[in-house]
Amino acid sequence: MKKLVTDTSWCKGCGICAAFCPREVLKIIEDKVFVEKEENCIRCGQCELRCPDYAIWLEEDKNE
Amino acid sequence: MPAKLIEREMRTENLPHIWCPGCSHGSTMRALCQAIENAGLERKNTIIVSGIGCSSRAVGYLNFDTIHTTHGRALAFATGIKLAKPQLNVIVLTGDGDISAIGGNHLIHACRRNIGITCIVLNNNIYGMTGGQYSPTTPSGDYATTAPYGNIDRDFDIPLLAKSAGATFTARVTAYGINEAIKVMERAIRHKGFSVVDVASICPSYYGRKNKKGDVVKMLQWQRDNSVPVKAAEKMSKEELQGKIITGIFNDEQYPEYTDEYEKIIERAGGR
Repeated sequence: MKKLVTDTSWCKGCGICAAFCPREVLKIIEDKVFVEKEENCIRCGQCELRCPDYAIWLEEDKNE
Repeated sequence: MPAKLIEREMRTENLPHIWCPGCSHGSTMRALCQAIENAGLERKNTIIVSGIGCSSRAVGYLNFDTIHTTHGRALAFATGIKLAKPQLNVIVLTGDGDISAIGGNHLIHACRRNIGITCIVLNNNIYGMTGGQYSPTTPSGDYATTAPYGNIDRDFDIPLLAKSAGATFTARVTAYGINEAIKVMERAIRHKGFSVVDVASICPSYYGRKNKKGDVVKMLQWQRDNSVPVKAAEKMSKEELQGKIITGIFNDEQYPEYTDEYEKIIERAGGR
């Protein structure tokens, strides 16, 4: 299963990912993206498509 | 390590980019990379040309042969490149001011020639880089630093302008409709002849702030709630379409491509 990955050093805290996530998985804390409820993530990839700063994406979980 | 697409198509050492928080140029640049991959373009046969402005900074991040040219002249440089090496895939990345004001003449003549170039316009309705002056696509009545009492100019509809001037593929997508943007950009890249994709973009720092459009999320939601697909728009009145963004492909036609025709001239003149 794909894993949600973030790079907060690229995040500018615009909030687009959190606002358009259909399952309210994400939150912005102190101007950075935070994966609050990963268990709710349906891997739709909307956050990755919409993030203007490439700070969040889905990738294959290497541990599986 | 960033996402694989970003790693493959961008100069990651130059990231994060300089665009403001929430500026849609970032997601559009990613969408273009996806469209380039979907269209199967090879890096060695692809060149991306830009002019001047916020949008044109994209070429600094794209891991292709790129050229950052002078204001409004991206299409002029691109025309030269395409004529010299017609086998190249030439993509122009430009903004509304660059393409429709300073480079307006280059736009109509590239359209008229139907030269095989894909022109992606990151249209945020304002000059962002220089401080929020109104551009030819700032809607009438809207505000800008140089229009503190409202803009009295009528705004250009870039795809309509391009279509009238002879472009054989014209379309509009939005920053909100990013999936559609990828599909339409891929079709524009595959199109033989001159193609124009107008990307309705959001500039939260200048256009949004000057016109009290709210934050980036509100601006994207506004796009979502006010976009009308071209087929639905055909059944609506002018009044109903006031303030709406008409999206989709406006024309997709076949017409002799300029460099093909030029090749025939060379042959006719005995140059081959």
